Amino acid sequence: MSAPATSMLATPSPVTIGPRGIAALAWRQLRRDLAAGDVRILLAALVLAVVAVTAVGFVTDRAERALAIEANRLLGGDAVVRGNAPPPDEIDAAADAPGLQRTRTVELDSMIRVGEGETANLRLGDLRALGEGFPLRGQFTVIDEVGGAPQAAGGIPAPGTLWMSQAGAETLRARIGDTVGIGESQLRLAALVTQEPDAALDYFNVAPKVFLNFADLEATGLVQEGSRLRHRLVVAGDSNAVEQFVAVARDNLGRGQRLETIEDARPEIRSALDRAGRFLGLAALVSVVLAAVAVAMAARRHSERHLSGTAVMRCLGASQRTLVGVHVGELLLLGLLASTVGVAIAFALQWVIGGWLESALALSIPAAGPVPALQGYAVGLVVLMAFGAPPVLALRRVPALRVLRRDLDPTEPSAWAVAAVGLGGLAALLWWKAGSPELATAMLIGIVATLAVLSLLAWGLIALVRRLRTRLRGSLRYGLANVSRRAGTSVAQIAALGLGLMALLLLTFVRTDLLDRWQLALSAEAPNRFIINVQDDQVGDVRGFIAERGVAEPVLFPMIRARLASHNGEAVTGEDYEEEGGRVQRRADREFNLSVVDALREDNEVVAGEFWGATPPASPELSIEEDFAESLGWKIGDTVGFDIAGQPFEGTVTSLRSVDWESFQPNFFVVASPGSLDGFAASHITAVHVPATDTGFTGALVERFPNLSVIDIDAVLNQVRSTADQVSTVVEVVFYFSLVAGLLVLMAAVSASQDERLLEGGVMRVLGGSRRQLRLAQASEFAAIGLLSGLVAAIAASVLAGVVATQVFDLPWQANWAMAAVGGALGVVAALAAGLFATRRVLDAPPSVTLRELQG
Amino acid sequence: MADRPDPTSRPQQRAAHPALHVDGLGKRVTLPSGELTILDGLTFDIAHGDTVAIVGASGSGKSTLLSLMAGLDTPSDGRVVLDGTVLSSLDEDGRAKVRGERVGFVFQNFQLLPSLTALENVMLPLELRGDGDVEAPARAILEQVGLGERLGHYPRQLSGGEQQRVALARAFVTRPSLLFADEPTGNLDTHTGQAIIELLFELNRAAGTTLVLVTHDDHLAVRCRHRLRLDSGRLVEDERQAA
Repeated sequence: MSAPATSMLATPSPVTIGPRGIAALAWRQLRRDLAAGDVRILLAALVLAVVAVTAVGFVTDRAERALAIEANRLLGGDAVVRGNAPPPDEIDAAADAPGLQRTRTVELDSMIRVGEGETANLRLGDLRALGEGFPLRGQFTVIDEVGGAPQAAGGIPAPGTLWMSQAGAETLRARIGDTVGIGESQLRLAALVTQEPDAALDYFNVAPKVFLNFADLEATGLVQEGSRLRHRLVVAGDSNAVEQFVAVARDNLGRGQRLETIEDARPEIRSALDRAGRFLGLAALVSVVLAAVAVAMAARRHSERHLSGTAVMRCLGASQRTLVGVHVGELLLLGLLASTVGVAIAFALQWVIGGWLESALALSIPAAGPVPALQGYAVGLVVLMAFGAPPVLALRRVPALRVLRRDLDPTEPSAWAVAAVGLGGLAALLWWKAGSPELATAMLIGIVATLAVLSLLAWGLIALVRRLRTRLRGSLRYGLANVSRRAGTSVAQIAALGLGLMALLLLTFVRTDLLDRWQLALSAEAPNRFIINVQDDQVGDVRGFIAERGVAEPVLFPMIRARLASHNGEAVTGEDYEEEGGRVQRRADREFNLSVVDALREDNEVVAGEFWGATPPASPELSIEEDFAESLGWKIGDTVGFDIAGQPFEGTVTSLRSVDWESFQPNFFVVASPGSLDGFAASHITAVHVPATDTGFTGALVERFPNLSVIDIDAVLNQVRSTADQVSTVVEVVFYFSLVAGLLVLMAAVSASQDERLLEGGVMRVLGGSRRQLRLAQASEFAAIGLLSGLVAAIAASVLAGVVATQVFDLPWQANWAMAAVGGALGVVAALAAGLFATRRVLDAPPSVTLRELQG
Repeated sequence: MADRPDPTSRPQQRAAHPALHVDGLGKRVTLPSGELTILDGLTFDIAHGDTVAIVGASGSGKSTLLSLMAGLDTPSDGRVVLDGTVLSSLDEDGRAKVRGERVGFVFQNFQLLPSLTALENVMLPLELRGDGDVEAPARAILEQVGLGERLGHYPRQLSGGEQQRVALARAFVTRPSLLFADEPTGNLDTHTGQAIIELLFELNRAAGTTLVLVTHDDHLAVRCRHRLRLDSGRLVEDERQAA
């Protein structure tokens, strides 16, 4: 105060406020702004982005934690050797080492029968014979009396009894105390298993599971030639002993055998979980990108609204630093608020989803860790700063003179610059989340390219609307004129809403329409029952039985289990076929079925070489399915050797075949010429078409031949459908976030043009327009936007569905008008609701007030 | 209540009512600092075919008066009777209907709808009113104001003077019995403003419309036969020139 006025004038310096002052100003500004539409949209868009990413993150994190904690329970021990043969003697001996406990299990698929005769309930089930002491880690939880509570089981089923999964018992309508037929045995159902030690996350396997004592396995008569058994040797003990066992096992693993320890338990679950997590993450990302568009639009409008106020602050001497501080401070506070709300909503959501998963999987899932929440905050702040900060930062360059001349605006950052900064921010975020720059870039390019294509489509459709509107009148014309006048924002609205709709349409379409069409495309006479495990001495009887039922006489194909041994005279194993994913390696290592046919079947076509004729060739010849041959590098003229239960067999490749797998006839990758496999033990397979009226077929067949397994194709297809439904429900939830994000883009665009709309609404009122006419104008605009979004979405989804149809389902591309109609209707309803809500003020504002406030 | 005219019916005989009857009109708004009176007890009549200038200093209440007379706002006291119709007895849609049928507007800022062409802007009030043939009269009046060649142009493609001519065409196309103009030359240079005024009066003469305009421009005011001067919301002068 004591400084002389002259010195203050001599060294003029702008007013710079301290951090606390700036924070206070920023907070006050935010509180005032929250009453305005654009900031509320900014807030909503950020909350949505945070919820989408964080909810997916929480759920994935919890599933991963469950897997980590359950790892040794998943194994039933500390180390497991799996394979389709018992482990070699060296491993078997190592399991007897002091300090180790051991047990074994054998699994196979078999028919499970509850009741008698043709009214029996039958299902192909998952049979598990448990050795004494199983599981060495974890325990079964069972209900052992009707109406009883689940409790820990003291061991394994007693001889003569079995346990059944609770869901399986419901399917088969079995009750505790019932007699259950397994092969040739009748066992008493003693308990229902509510939780298995080693079945966590096996949610989609809905086949009934049956557990029996190992001692009862042989009597079932199911262990026969050609039975596909899955053996497990389980050990547990002190860590040194387990380590030694693991070392021995690793060195002595037979072909097709796998060692699992708690570090690498259930790789298939881990990789499924990983894929699911990434896919859901990508789906959530669509919402983030759309929310970012809404944020950019709302931030632009926000900065426009602050031009005058900022100019006044400049007049009053505020420094650029103060202005930046206040505006960025406001954004930061907004970002923190939105992220906190978003994380809280996501936490509540994952609580619900987690509870659902817990009861569905019958296991306890640990609480989520803090990382997804931190990611949520990062998403909120990065999206806000990358897309929202550039226009707001431009405010610091507002000239003080704008107080007098309203046309003096700061240079707006170009949309390209904002997009570049924004995409950079998103890419960084993705990199962090995806863990790989390539994946992050691919994801981002994918979404941006889809948006670009949708935008292009939108441009085309808007051009059509421009022509159409000249044929309309009054309110309708005005509404459609708005669509083409604000073409840039209309394109953004249509592309954003279209992307959300497209994801939903595609999901629904693939799940229902494609599966339906595929099922219809199958021949009505296509077999609907596969009968496997038919023994040599049963072939005639089974054929006779089928003929008695009036079903067309079937062809029974022999199946001989073999493993690849040599190629052109050189010994080969899976290691010779190392490639990414290991599919070919597994194919070369595992056992598969050889068969014998005397003539080429209708659903096969020779693509190279020559198929053997009516006279069997003198030396064994082989015909190979073309893709199978290509993956293993086999060509016409190559000799290929197999190991069949220890016996060698060799043949020459004389033809390659393409196979129409959808004929639903038994088909084989490798078939041999007649007579060449005589003397090798075989089981037989056949497929028959049983009319829907013959409901007792399976029951009667299994009653007569208890060792047979019958696969009901209709049931399998239903299971595929139900699994697809369940999976898509989860994905659908995430895609609904995208739809809401698309609607927020629409609302942000409406909010950006709110002043114009108010003014024009006022003028129309002055010219005698009624509320109804104004509403009609607005409705026609948003209905057009929604319809175009739906069309754009339907076109894009049709193309993608076409790719799926032709490439995956092998169906011809077919226009789906229903999808266009549903897309259009959904778009219209969603856009109308959001648009009319966002423009409600235009109707309510008295025309005199609007004109007075806005025309200056 | 018994003597109140039926608000929705047009008068049987035009001459039986003045074009506009303003009776004890008042407008107050409530502000945090207290109540503010914008207009206070105005009473006057405007005859059919009259030309009226409302003048007064900035903030005297001219625009508010115009809003109330046109039914864009509702008064706190008194009433406005437009061609025999009591505006305050109607709801907003009812007032909009009256405006669409009997009232034309010209604004300082033209207020053309930017998404519509010149022709479509002029057609709009006819369409809102539900007329059958809307294009022919709109074309005709645009020809009349000298814009026959620019029918398909959007407002942003027209100069200020041209935009105001479109606005005049839009105001007259419905053949309103009353035309309100709020500072119609306020955003135009002197020369263009003069041309617009000439056009306005010419159209007014031809259509026999009652013209009510708010202006700062004394030159414009003296061309009107009837002047109303406002000061702080009160009517301080109601001067009529001899015909």
